[in-house]
Amino acid sequence: MSAVVAEHDDHHHDDHAHGPEKGFLRWIITTNHKDIGTLYLVFALAMFFVGGAMAMVIRAELFEPGMQFVEPHFFNSMTTMHALVMVFGAVMPAFVGLANWMIPMMIGAPDMALPRMNNMSFWVLVAGVLLLASTLFMEGGAPASGWTLYPPLVLQTGKALPFAIFSVHLLGISSIMGAINIIATIFNMRAPGMTLMKMPLFVWTWLITAFLLIAVMPVFAGAVTMLLTDKFFGTSFFDAAGGGDPVLYQHIFWFFGHPEVYIMILPTFGVASTIIPVFARKPLFGYSSMVYATASIAFLSFIVWAHHMFTVGMPIAGELYFMYATMLIAIPTGVKVFNWTATMWKGAMTFEAPMLFSIAFVVLFTMGGFTGLMMSIAPSDFQYHDTYFIVAHFHYTLVPASIFILMAAGYYWLPKWTGHMYNEKIGQLHFWLSVVSVNILFFPQHFLGLAGMPRRIPDYAVQFADWNMISSIGGFIFGASQLLFLYIVIDTIRGGTGEKVTDEVWEDAHKHGLEWTLPSPPPYHTFTTPPTVIPTEHI
Amino acid sequence: MNEALKQKNAKLVRKLLLVAVAMFGFGYALVPLYDVLCDITGLNGKVASSAVKDVVYAVDKSREITVEFITSLNEAAPMEFRAETKKLKIHPGEYYTVNFYAENKTDKVMKAQAIPSISPGLAAEYFKKTECFCFTEQIFKAREGRTMPVRFVVNPDLPKQYKTITLAYTFFDNTKIVNTKTN
Repeated sequence: MSAVVAEHDDHHHDDHAHGPEKGFLRWIITTNHKDIGTLYLVFALAMFFVGGAMAMVIRAELFEPGMQFVEPHFFNSMTTMHALVMVFGAVMPAFVGLANWMIPMMIGAPDMALPRMNNMSFWVLVAGVLLLASTLFMEGGAPASGWTLYPPLVLQTGKALPFAIFSVHLLGISSIMGAINIIATIFNMRAPGMTLMKMPLFVWTWLITAFLLIAVMPVFAGAVTMLLTDKFFGTSFFDAAGGGDPVLYQHIFWFFGHPEVYIMILPTFGVASTIIPVFARKPLFGYSSMVYATASIAFLSFIVWAHHMFTVGMPIAGELYFMYATMLIAIPTGVKVFNWTATMWKGAMTFEAPMLFSIAFVVLFTMGGFTGLMMSIAPSDFQYHDTYFIVAHFHYTLVPASIFILMAAGYYWLPKWTGHMYNEKIGQLHFWLSVVSVNILFFPQHFLGLAGMPRRIPDYAVQFADWNMISSIGGFIFGASQLLFLYIVIDTIRGGTGEKVTDEVWEDAHKHGLEWTLPSPPPYHTFTTPPTVIPTEHI
Repeated sequence: MNEALKQKNAKLVRKLLLVAVAMFGFGYALVPLYDVLCDITGLNGKVASSAVKDVVYAVDKSREITVEFITSLNEAAPMEFRAETKKLKIHPGEYYTVNFYAENKTDKVMKAQAIPSISPGLAAEYFKKTECFCFTEQIFKAREGRTMPVRFVVNPDLPKQYKTITLAYTFFDNTKIVNTKTN
């Protein structure tokens, strides 16, 4: 580990056993994958609450028809910033954090392949998110065009526009560096015997996600750069007066945007495929089909982008192509759902918090998938487009899917990370409150959307009042319930139930993954000598 | 970490960085690709931005199509802009001329560009203009107003399902924009 040693003037020998830097500086200069994983996860959790607070503003304003608390412009800023913070500040960094912590331990590597770049990608992320957050305090307010940043509306943003665009650049650079690091780690750092088709699915899904990131983040960076030059340097990419076309932006954006939504869901699939077999006490059903399904979904994500823009005026052939291509995604996704179900079939299941969240994920993600299928039907999409139906759809695929699985991952690996057991009673309470309230929050939004309530508006017609109030109540319960998770995380770090956890934590988990063969908590440096036995129960 | 592994990593990183840079370029490559596709197919209501040659079509007297004319101003450009004819019943294949009136409401010289759009978009390729003020940037003297003609024909090959075509013009005030590309 010469990269680490280089920073210690007092260590002249290549010493694998030395511990972390003393004091606060440890967290600034660390190149240790576990430290950086922790930084990512803590940052993501903080941003989850920031983005959540913005959602609470939205739901408070929509509690009743009419204007109650905030100005319409600020409301629009809230919907925009909520999305950007949750996508780029919470969900993506949380999965990068998990990747940092778990991938080296799962494939028997001593660290990530590029430890210094790892540190840099985290701090660039922090800079990007802070820059984004700073736009809230600028003249003209934060971007209020929706997270898609469509021109010409987004070009009317005040002083914040260039800052928002640069923050997107920083977030993109951070993601690309993280992705390169993950690919290099998986390709070059696997322990002997850890062949690609023996890797845990979390590693597989992250490998594919990393390729998606490298392929599409630069496209998004290009799109916002075009916005920047249109606004300040007289180009006319999207300006009709100079021969440009605003619809072009939508094509470029969604060429990025559709793979982007899979960037948030593929690692989710990976964690679910890791947790469910352990608590079903069976090997994962259809390991290789899971790998191929993930790869298929990733491929399809590049050729379906225009289903986000059925209403822009496409020729019928285009509508039909994007409709059928989109429907095709249901096949590999269905393979996954059936595989998870088959894994649980006749398993000796127990229902600890990680498993509860995972089961809820399978059920609720499938519902989100089905509403996606409804919207893939081009003629009926005209009714759903830009209504609360789409809001309900993507929140079902993100909140009770990505967020629930992140919670599951937290419960599943916290005992490994800290060496302490979390409080299962509060964990169960957190789950039941979350799973009930998330449905109170988002299910009524299907009805609102089908009845024609448009998204991104601070006020609405009175016929939508009842379901909005119910949705808001669900939102407040869901938001408050997440404080339980915060409590559990802090409590577990500080000792939890006081019960000493074993190395494998969960019964027979050591058969499912290398991380469970290590002590709990694992020492600062692990697998400095590669493991000799590769667990294969997950295959 | 041994030297061999370091080199292997560096090689992979270079390749992956190259992919990222190439994809940044690909984002920009989508711009001409999109324009070419729209020009070929007439997608998105985009119409020819220069005059077409006078072609004599067989006039289809049996068929009547309504053409509507709509005008608007971008971002409250300081102008007056209206179509002198709001609606016209036409026969495919016959040439028509309609007038538009635009006036500069400021005391300064104004450069303005009108952008046409045809709806339904798929009818755009059958709507031919031999003369239009939208083909070039228009210069208005202070307070100047003028009437500008548009001469057009609808190709009789227009599919039967189209009974109404809407031609919309938006005037953009380009006075402050330098180096504007116009095509």
